[in-house]
Amino acid sequence: MNARLDVIKTCKLFIGGAFPRTESGRSRPILDGDDRVIAHACVASRKDLRNAVEAARKAAPAWLNASAYLRGQILYRMAEMLEGRRDEFANAIATTTDATPAKARKEVEQSVDRLVRFAGWSDKFQQILGCQNPVNGPYYNFTVPQPTGITGVLAPSTPSLLALVTLIAGPLCAGCTVVAVASEDTPLPAVLLSEICATSDVPAGTVNILTGQRAELIEPMASHREIAAINGANLTPSQRTGIQSAAADNLKRVHLAKHTEDQWEDDELVASPWNIEPFVESKTIWHPSAT
Amino acid sequence: MKPITTESHEHDPPADAGWDYSPAPERTPVPIDESYGLFIDGSMRAPLSRKRFETINPATEDVLSSIADAGAKDVDAAVQAAKKAQGPWARLKASERAKYLYRIARRIQERSRELAVLETMDGGKPIKESRDVDLPLTAQHFFYHAGWADKLAYAFPGRTPKPIGVCGQIIPWNFPLMMAAWKLAPALACGNTCVLKPAETTSLTALKLAEILQEVDLPPGVVNIVTGAGATGAALAEHPDVRKVAFTGSTEVGKVLARSVAGTSKKLTLELGGKSPNIIFADAAIDQAVEGVVSSIWFNQGHVCCAGSRLFVEESVVDEVVDKLRHRMQSLRVGDPLDKNTDIGAINSAEQLKTIERYVDAGEHEGAIMHEFSGQALPDKGYWHRPCFFTGVQPSHVIAREEIFGPVLSVMTFRTPEEAISRANNTPYGLAAGVWTNTGSKVFEIARKLDAGVVWCNTYNTFDAASPFGGFKESGFGREGGRHGLQSYVKF
Repeated sequence: MNARLDVIKTCKLFIGGAFPRTESGRSRPILDGDDRVIAHACVASRKDLRNAVEAARKAAPAWLNASAYLRGQILYRMAEMLEGRRDEFANAIATTTDATPAKARKEVEQSVDRLVRFAGWSDKFQQILGCQNPVNGPYYNFTVPQPTGITGVLAPSTPSLLALVTLIAGPLCAGCTVVAVASEDTPLPAVLLSEICATSDVPAGTVNILTGQRAELIEPMASHREIAAINGANLTPSQRTGIQSAAADNLKRVHLAKHTEDQWEDDELVASPWNIEPFVESKTIWHPSAT
Repeated sequence: MKPITTESHEHDPPADAGWDYSPAPERTPVPIDESYGLFIDGSMRAPLSRKRFETINPATEDVLSSIADAGAKDVDAAVQAAKKAQGPWARLKASERAKYLYRIARRIQERSRELAVLETMDGGKPIKESRDVDLPLTAQHFFYHAGWADKLAYAFPGRTPKPIGVCGQIIPWNFPLMMAAWKLAPALACGNTCVLKPAETTSLTALKLAEILQEVDLPPGVVNIVTGAGATGAALAEHPDVRKVAFTGSTEVGKVLARSVAGTSKKLTLELGGKSPNIIFADAAIDQAVEGVVSSIWFNQGHVCCAGSRLFVEESVVDEVVDKLRHRMQSLRVGDPLDKNTDIGAINSAEQLKTIERYVDAGEHEGAIMHEFSGQALPDKGYWHRPCFFTGVQPSHVIAREEIFGPVLSVMTFRTPEEAISRANNTPYGLAAGVWTNTGSKVFEIARKLDAGVVWCNTYNTFDAASPFGGFKESGFGREGGRHGLQSYVKF
């Protein structure tokens, strides 16, 4: 009788820096390649989404007022923590998706590198997106990017980690707080990413991650009055229409991309200042110049 | 570029001093046709709809001309003309495209007095403003964007901009020709073609612009102008061959448009309403700040999307500010828009006048105290509203929350910078904001914390073709002007 019973991890939501269960009391199994249950993921409800938005709102002032340098260091810290847990992440991806161990490992490494790339952008994109304007008069006039506000992220099924990291990092870099809905089919990497956020000096509520059903969470996200922007990828045409239509109620900035798996690897396509720009508002400031 | 002079008026006599200005009417004659067609594919055409409406001078209620009311078939003809013209226009050597825009800018400058007078006649704004603000900015907008046409590759680091296609552009009645320039100039510079729909009460300067486009030999179809009301605009926005919709107007209509393009691949930019805060700190230069309030709320009869219609004054100086504002308000000249001394012209339409009156009634009904201009008698005919401001306004009052789009100001007070910021930002809008203080560090901290696309520090209502303009939150998205404005008219 020396067989040991596995201790199965309880996968929870990540809201306001804490790991609550869904208020709905629902969960669904996460299966490995042999269809064995290795864990259960929460199926978040619209109430959980609202709680996450509330946490994101509370966290917003501190994150937007943090210096760009500090935001960069925190993103870099996320990369460091992810690097340290590469094997665990690769194993989670390989176990719960079709990816080979080598491909899973590559995705994790790319996710680390993606965070490093955005860490670097955090105090540089302002100089690319902002400018001084030569107005016809005695004024000093300049345009600066400012964070749009709480951003809802809708991650595609695959690549479950790299796409989620990419979609979160752009708004974070911009100074927005985030409520993310993880890959519906393979939520385990997202659950682990919550733990990275919790241990990387990311202030509580700055990143909130929900697991659950995309179809159920899209509508409350798109129509939530406190969400200012949406960053989503690989949605169906009817989902796109639904999001754009509901988003009109408070004129959310909606950024919906469509990428193949290979394209998620392309830094120029998914990790340039133009992936931060949808989550900033350009503010133009005038001041007279006189003695 | 200041709409109203910033000189001190401290020694101006009150309007009841017993003497008055002599009339100083602008007399430049402007030929106006009895009726106008639609500008489609380079020529003026009678509307297929066979429908027409009259445009009037809101200062006299005289009919100025008969305007075509474009129906869906007319809009389709305009869009088809634009579609046909788009390829050749985009393929034209960019530096040659630029030269057309330079030509337009020059012809606008050459014909600026005539256009200013027409703008004032059709819209009611003081000639001083159409002459010194609208027309110079209109010309500048074409001149500025002309130069971008062959330099677009430098505007978007790491990306290759391409034209979008046919742009459907719907503009408001408060700055008719200037809004046409804000829409057309960047679109054309980026290689798009346009179908422009002016507001129904102010079509004339757009139709005059069509003459200029003919004069400069702009290729047919590159710009098409369809006049009409909301139905014409809806037909344009919903046309399947329109690749980009640009709208300036109310937030309500902006949301309808956002829903109507949902699920399509159309690009959309919206420049919508506002309830912009203007904040005066105790350490401001109070006389200048009061002049800034005049510019912020009474410029163009308050028909300004970025009007500073909520004034927040630090409690310790509110009596001084209100006294000076009341005195300054009495020195305004209200009346004939064509008189060169007029500060406040006619309200743009009977409908808008009713809206303003309804809000003023609501303000009084909710218990705020109205302070009203009591100078010259208003003309018997036409649509007029005395400039006014309210004190004793609570944040919950309708006049403190909703856009009035008239010469009506709500004055409120605050005690701390934090309170000023939180009250200023407590609105679904985010178009503009003003801050008045002589403390440099405070200027930048307050400017940073205000949720607004334009923040005027120790100034208000200044505009420039090189300066991006547009809103946060429900004041819309996209920018007009400057390098940022180009992004509304390219795809990657």
